[in-house]
Amino acid sequence: MQKPNSGSNFALTASQTPGSSKPDPILIADKITRQFGGLTAVNVDHVEIQRGSITALIGPNGAGKTTFFNLLTGYDSPNSGTWSFNGKALNGIPPHKVARLGMVRTFQLTKALYRLTVIENMLLGARAQKGESVLLSVFPWIWRSQEAAIRVKATSILKNFKLIEKQDDFAAALSGGQRKLLEMARALMVEPEMVMLDEPMAGVNPALKQSLLEHIKELRNEGKTVLFVEHDMDMVHEISDWVIVMAQGQIIAEGTPATVMGNAQVIEAYLGAHHDSDLSSEGA
Amino acid sequence: MDILFIIQQTLSATLGVNAIIFALAAIGLNMHFGYTGLLNFGQAGFLAIGAYSVAVPVITFGLSLWLALLIGIFNSILFALLLGIPTLRLRADYLAIVTIAAAEIVRQIARSATFNDSLGGSDGITGKFGKEFFDLNPFKQGLTTPILRFNGNDLWVVITGWVLVALITFVMWIMVNSPWGRVMRAIREDEDAVRSLGKNVYLYKMQSLIIGGVIGSIAGFVYALSRQSVQPDNYGTALTFFAYTVLILGGAARVFAPIVGAMIFWFLIVFIEQVLRAGVTSNIIPDWLIGVNQVGQIRFMLMGLGLMLLMIFRPQGIFGDKKELALDAKA
Repeated sequence: MQKPNSGSNFALTASQTPGSSKPDPILIADKITRQFGGLTAVNVDHVEIQRGSITALIGPNGAGKTTFFNLLTGYDSPNSGTWSFNGKALNGIPPHKVARLGMVRTFQLTKALYRLTVIENMLLGARAQKGESVLLSVFPWIWRSQEAAIRVKATSILKNFKLIEKQDDFAAALSGGQRKLLEMARALMVEPEMVMLDEPMAGVNPALKQSLLEHIKELRNEGKTVLFVEHDMDMVHEISDWVIVMAQGQIIAEGTPATVMGNAQVIEAYLGAHHDSDLSSEGA
Repeated sequence: MDILFIIQQTLSATLGVNAIIFALAAIGLNMHFGYTGLLNFGQAGFLAIGAYSVAVPVITFGLSLWLALLIGIFNSILFALLLGIPTLRLRADYLAIVTIAAAEIVRQIARSATFNDSLGGSDGITGKFGKEFFDLNPFKQGLTTPILRFNGNDLWVVITGWVLVALITFVMWIMVNSPWGRVMRAIREDEDAVRSLGKNVYLYKMQSLIIGGVIGSIAGFVYALSRQSVQPDNYGTALTFFAYTVLILGGAARVFAPIVGAMIFWFLIVFIEQVLRAGVTSNIIPDWLIGVNQVGQIRFMLMGLGLMLLMIFRPQGIFGDKKELALDAKA
């Protein structure tokens, strides 16, 4: 096991206020707003994500977490705002180019490609494949060696994710948890610098959960940055270096897991302001 | 009842010109629908463009047939771009609506009185525009055997046509089994997932639309050349739906499905018709049940019944995998 790099140590020094600056941010977003009709789904003033860290994005349902994810990865366009990844502005950059820049996402509703086999799902992830060009596809001898190399890599990731016995099954034949694993494994085939996971634990059984957690920690050990949306607070506590809390489209708190979860504003956002008081006495 | 005659008619249709046309049209649809998930309901439009592109340059402008074929390919690419640029960024159902409308627009323009001089209006174009092709025919005497019979021109179309079908199928087979084909099948499953892996989905869908459309226009070439005539109303929506029938009969997303589907389709149509006709003329089928003039309609009814039974008992088609089809529910 590698020793955790500086990515997880920044938490000791960074300021625990919403929109605080980080020593080495990989992703910076400024004044991002997204309205759906009259509803402001996202209104993020400023946020920075530390390189090499595991950052959790939490918040009650409807807080705008997934919308924010969609905006950052090019799946949706904000009404206003700028954001950059590795210093490159991402405004108006389509999703596939965002992925090529090294920011790869997964989806809340898992998008395994059902009528492709598990190994095909994996092979698809690799970048810059010659055989994916329409003109070169008809000359197998041009791309065959590259394909073989990709297959070696895919096989080793599948082994690591314990999906290797399933490699020739259709992805649809996997369980919900295995599909989550496959989606994450497939994202790794793109060789991302930053992985964005939208609710990686939703619907995953406890045994698989533990292995997913290990995989996410491993990503950090490899120097990758992880940003994930999650409702499972145990998981957030266990693996994240930093937690960002959203409510009603805004970032209301950020900091280390321990500080954030004791934050009165956060508790209020989740449970309501009067969750501690007695309903009957309040009414009387 | 002349059994040999029935066999001869049926086999000649199974291997005949129409089977080639529908096989080609369905190969194009297989690229669109089977491999990429694009709902193109305007394949007839691509055939019409192919057919008119062969006839018009030769008859109206006196150009060479070979040049006309190139013009046809060019036009079908243009048509695919025209359809694809506004719709491929949208959801799949929009493409279905736009393509069905676009194909009808092509047909209506072709049959309109405005372009009577160049496109021939509702009568279409008839003339010897295939002369350069048929001049190359080494089998001018045709083929007459007890079980198979083609006249000289048909035999030449059938031979070149099946060679073309084989070539196109072979190239398709290589392509869909390449990484390129893998991206296509992935797009069929979920475009957003493919985008998240860094692929330009729009570009791939456009490539699919163009390739399938060009193959459709080649079917149009065969249609026009084999009859030495182009009639606008042959390119209505029914043509598209028959091509879909052929594809689903064989099994979508299977390389050989369009070929076998087209053969079965024409085998059934002609076999049913010939049997009914023979039955009626020899009074085995009584006159009060089916008259001679009703045979044409009844063969389509029986054909429809057959297709319904197929969809009930073998929904995956001849080559399909039922387990794979069941996955479509996205459980």
